[in-house]
Amino acid sequence: DIGDVGRKYHLELVLEDVLDKDGTVNCTAEVLYHLGNKNTAPDVHFTIEGELKNTDEADNVFYNRIQSLEKELVAENIPDNHGNVSPEMEPIHLLAWAASGYVIWQNSTENTKFQLAQIKHVKQVKRSDEHLEFDYMILLHEMVSQEIIPWQMRVLWHPQHGVQVTQDSRQPKH
Amino acid sequence: DQVLHIVPETFQQVQHLQHLCSTLLLDLWKPLLPEDIWAGEDLHIRVPAALVQEVKDSLDQHMISYKVLIPDVQELVDQSMPRERRSHRQIPEGYVYTQYHPMEEIYQWMTQIQKSNSELVTQHYLGKTIENRTMYYLQISQPSDKTKKIIWMDCGIHAREWISPAFCQWFVKEILQNYKSDPKISRFLQNLDLYVLPVLNIDGYIYSWERDRLWRKNRSPYMNGTCYGTDLNRNFNSSWGSIGVSYNCSSEIFCGSGPESEPETRAVAQFIERKKSDILCYLTIHSYGQYILTPYGSTTKPPSNSEELMHVAEKAAAALMGKYGTSYEVGSTSLILYSNSGSSRDWAHMIGIPFSYTFELRDKGTHGFVLPADQIQPTCEETM
Repeated sequence: DIGDVGRKYHLELVLEDVLDKDGTVNCTAEVLYHLGNKNTAPDVHFTIEGELKNTDEADNVFYNRIQSLEKELVAENIPDNHGNVSPEMEPIHLLAWAASGYVIWQNSTENTKFQLAQIKHVKQVKRSDEHLEFDYMILLHEMVSQEIIPWQMRVLWHPQHGVQVTQDSRQPKH
Repeated sequence: DQVLHIVPETFQQVQHLQHLCSTLLLDLWKPLLPEDIWAGEDLHIRVPAALVQEVKDSLDQHMISYKVLIPDVQELVDQSMPRERRSHRQIPEGYVYTQYHPMEEIYQWMTQIQKSNSELVTQHYLGKTIENRTMYYLQISQPSDKTKKIIWMDCGIHAREWISPAFCQWFVKEILQNYKSDPKISRFLQNLDLYVLPVLNIDGYIYSWERDRLWRKNRSPYMNGTCYGTDLNRNFNSSWGSIGVSYNCSSEIFCGSGPESEPETRAVAQFIERKKSDILCYLTIHSYGQYILTPYGSTTKPPSNSEELMHVAEKAAAALMGKYGTSYEVGSTSLILYSNSGSSRDWAHMIGIPFSYTFELRDKGTHGFVLPADQIQPTCEETM
């Protein structure tokens, strides 16, 4: 507990690469939840010991594939109801995961535990520059309330510039 | 079958199309009714395979141009079904335990299981759901002159946790396939009876297949049918309504209008209450999170036999980890997860059942409720 400021947690964790189970990397982090105002995201500082795997090749393959599509990409229900994700949709899924991490961070308190449950809908947005842009409707599962929360987010991505969530908004339950 | 896209140009064409639809009883996809066909508006008609040529000839004769929107309806239907579901097998000899099954098939499976294992298995009526579906449990019992203690296990109290009913079915299969050859299982059955309820929340489970994959509660109507569902695992009479619940029907953790307000809860509670002096262990299977949870959720005060409860749970977690390295956390819900009241596990312990556990199966959130079918086998094997 820190005076009038909030509550700080010191964490030691192990990061595991979802695509390469043997690829683990140690990480230390400090998370500060602010007292009072629940509308500010917790402060996070972290250090990664070692290096994360280089993904340039896969990134470029995905980037080129999307750029060469005749029509803007549109997809629904990723994964499907039986948990399957087609190989072509896997990068779209991973991108949503990364982007949802940002949304989750911005909306977390000491009493929430969010997970990405499913991508309900994703639509590529045409751009005149070299970024890829996707408009996602995702479903977040919150563990304590057990609620499924629809969330819309605009995601920008480029192999060299990484992921950015440019706009997001919580949606009402159907 | 094909679906044709036509934009009629004249009133005469509209009339002809209406005539065609009604005489040949064609399936209008857009609009819904022949009288809503208008010139200049999109028309989508599904034409049965046998009539395709006749219809096209008729359109050509009347100079009505058309496009084939869907060249093969069956192909589209097949593609839209997950690959595994297309091979429709129901009998346990061919029953695929590594796929998720809809309720219809689970009902058939129970009947078959009893038929092919009648020396050990009997199917029993437990009660009815709010939508009037029948709840059955399976009793696995080796004939003997001594009265045996009971282990009860229920699955599928929360509709979206599909891996749970999958586990109950797997469990039954494993026991029945191996009780003669596996000394552990045969010793087990000499001293214990197993009662398995493969799907507790049947209405909810069906709803998660047909309407909303992430549905959790039952399908009880409230507020004049404007809101549905009670969280059955908040509806038991264990500090009901005190903590970790909502009194609002629109919440996922709505505890109902009172303890045991739901027929599904009552069906289970009445049975267990009746048999409680013989029940040694109550197990309830959920997902996800990878936990073995002990009482209580409603208070952090430990249960009377807390040491023994933890010891057994820790051994279980260790055995589970030994299979594929999957780690499960062990502890009381209120300490390691969150507070809640009205859970079936708490209730079972409060009425005197010494060993009462909630299992939260794989995974830790990567797939969450939508666990891919290829994880059914490893999940079930390690949990077994």
